[in-house]
Amino acid sequence: MTKVLSEGKRQERRLGWLLCAPAAFVMVAVTAYPILYSVWLSLQRFDLKFPDEREFVGLENYVTVLSNGYWWTAFGVTMLITVVTVVIELVLGMGLALVMHRTLVGRGIVRTAALIPYGIVTVVAAFSWRYAWTPDTGYLANLLTPDGAPLTERAGSLAIIIVAEIWKTTPFMALLLMAGLALVPEELLRAASMDGATWWQRFTKVMLPVMKPAILVALLFRTLDAFRVFDNIYVLTAGANETSSVSMIAYNNLLRGLNLGIGSTMSVLIFLAVALIAFIFVKLFGTAAPGASDDGRR
Amino acid sequence: MGDNPRERWFALAATVLVTVPLAACGGQDGGGPPTINFYNPPVENMQTVIDECNAAANGRYEIVYRVLPRGADDQRVQMVRRLAAQDESMDVLGLDVTWTQEFAGAEWIREWTGADAAEVRNGTLPGPLESATYEDKLYAAPNNTNVQLLWYRTDLVPNPPRTWDEMITQAQQLKADGRPHQVITMGAQYEGLVVLYNTLVASAGGNILSEDGRTAVLDDGAVRALDVLQRFATAGVTSPSFTNALEDPARLEFQGGNGAFQLNWPYVYPAMQEAAPDLARNVRWARYPGVDANTPSRVTIGGTNLAVSAYSRYPEESFEAARCLRNAEHQQYAAINDGVPPTIESVYDAPEMAEAYPMKDVILAELQDASVRPLSPAYQNISTVMSATLSPPGDIDPERTAEQLRKQIQDALESKGVLP
Repeated sequence: MTKVLSEGKRQERRLGWLLCAPAAFVMVAVTAYPILYSVWLSLQRFDLKFPDEREFVGLENYVTVLSNGYWWTAFGVTMLITVVTVVIELVLGMGLALVMHRTLVGRGIVRTAALIPYGIVTVVAAFSWRYAWTPDTGYLANLLTPDGAPLTERAGSLAIIIVAEIWKTTPFMALLLMAGLALVPEELLRAASMDGATWWQRFTKVMLPVMKPAILVALLFRTLDAFRVFDNIYVLTAGANETSSVSMIAYNNLLRGLNLGIGSTMSVLIFLAVALIAFIFVKLFGTAAPGASDDGRR
Repeated sequence: MGDNPRERWFALAATVLVTVPLAACGGQDGGGPPTINFYNPPVENMQTVIDECNAAANGRYEIVYRVLPRGADDQRVQMVRRLAAQDESMDVLGLDVTWTQEFAGAEWIREWTGADAAEVRNGTLPGPLESATYEDKLYAAPNNTNVQLLWYRTDLVPNPPRTWDEMITQAQQLKADGRPHQVITMGAQYEGLVVLYNTLVASAGGNILSEDGRTAVLDDGAVRALDVLQRFATAGVTSPSFTNALEDPARLEFQGGNGAFQLNWPYVYPAMQEAAPDLARNVRWARYPGVDANTPSRVTIGGTNLAVSAYSRYPEESFEAARCLRNAEHQQYAAINDGVPPTIESVYDAPEMAEAYPMKDVILAELQDASVRPLSPAYQNISTVMSATLSPPGDIDPERTAEQLRKQIQDALESKGVLP
């Protein structure tokens, strides 16, 4: 780092920083400040209902939340939703991507149709799912049991939330995977089939390894997204019957309970969990933006 | 600012762009009477009352009805969010009785003092008044109230039971005779279950919170109430959907004809006459059953209170507007047209009330020594943990459940409660 820069280079670099400064400042103001503020709030007893009893309590809120059954139930629900939806979406998304990639006729229409669920606002979609699964108004409610109300039971509600999530975001997964498919060189596949590789062998031995960066990015995005699941649960069950996710329970404690201390503690814990997921993907699995890393292009 | 004409144009445009929308926010500053924004849940004939008050104000202020969402949770969240942000455009707030302490504790609503308070206290029933009081100060004006009654079928039950034990025995007798016997009421895990339990506690002379609202006590009366609730749930006299029943499903179930008794709000009566007139002919009402034979029940009240926002720019006019909205004449109008029982005792004597409320004497009798839900700013949290702990009522183990409740309610009071 002792390389001496020329005067012009240095000027250029200074100008670069100056031009970046406003954007950097805005980023700090809109992201870093709220995060630090919620860390600060999480260290206090701060309940809007008792404004006079605000005090610094150290890590007491963390003890309260982490020793609470509701929190761990919500955490379990969130993990379940995350793992199940991401796995199913990966499989379905891959299938959809292959179809969209190979379609010869009406390619545009196929792609558009597949993307429609992703284009619908989640809350709107969630409402139509809710009506569909409500007896009297819905066409799905009596599908499995003659007089059942699946949204009033835990297992039924969780299944419906998972289905709604999968329906909504599989197209997103497919889109990212399709970008990965485009990376697979046609001649590689042709060479493999010359060597007598079956379709399955070409898929697992050629396509998947080449697509690995794209798959990992898709998994990372979807895992982070799924972990923060809120809208579908808010509309479908509002957290009844132990179907709250961590975001839902944080919302309940912040905005319904008006308990800024406990609610911020939950937000910080969610932030840490999301950061941990990102860390695992990036460091352990070597996820990177497609084409950006060394092993991104082979 | 620069001499460059282009720069000047730019500055002018920027000024216009910034100030015009701001001016639009200011609203009434351009003269005319101050607007009193009245945030209230949707009520069918509210506008008529508002029009009358505006006429009576004679140009000193103008009340505008801002209709809140239909769901109670959504109403509360909207008001809470805006008050936490010190929104100046809210003046008079229609609060559920259970939110009054919370809003007062958070210093979002103003205390009623002097002549305003004296007028509210004058002639208002004690239960509703208590629900509007926080730390011995008046924070709201009771606008309407409500209590549940015992509805029974005269073709099955010659004399209405006075206690829960009597009611359970009568129902078991009917069951043994192979006749409709169910006691239908709300037992789902929600506010309705808390209301049921609170009524039982008060009827047994017990307390959930200490006098100052700072400690969870759950004394002997509260334990006895748990025992009654558990015995009722396991006596074989409830409907199969008891642990899942809300107000309206309970009403429909009774209309279906399997019930001999129903514990529910007065609105079930007109609804029943419309939907099941044959059944309605045999249905009468009586005071809600008590726990002891010699002590009348003390029934939990519902209803709404009117409060004035702490951030209102026109507090004086707001208090006046709130007084007008809930005066005796308008409470009578609301009772007859919107079906909400009044909080001013004298209104019950009005001759028009007899037709709208044939059961008004029982309602009034229950209101005179009604009970209120635990008075604490943390009520929302207390209620959530209570409904979770009490559900399902058949699994209650009185001593152990009381201990659980004591701990969880105390946590809620100390801001350690976690909402599910």
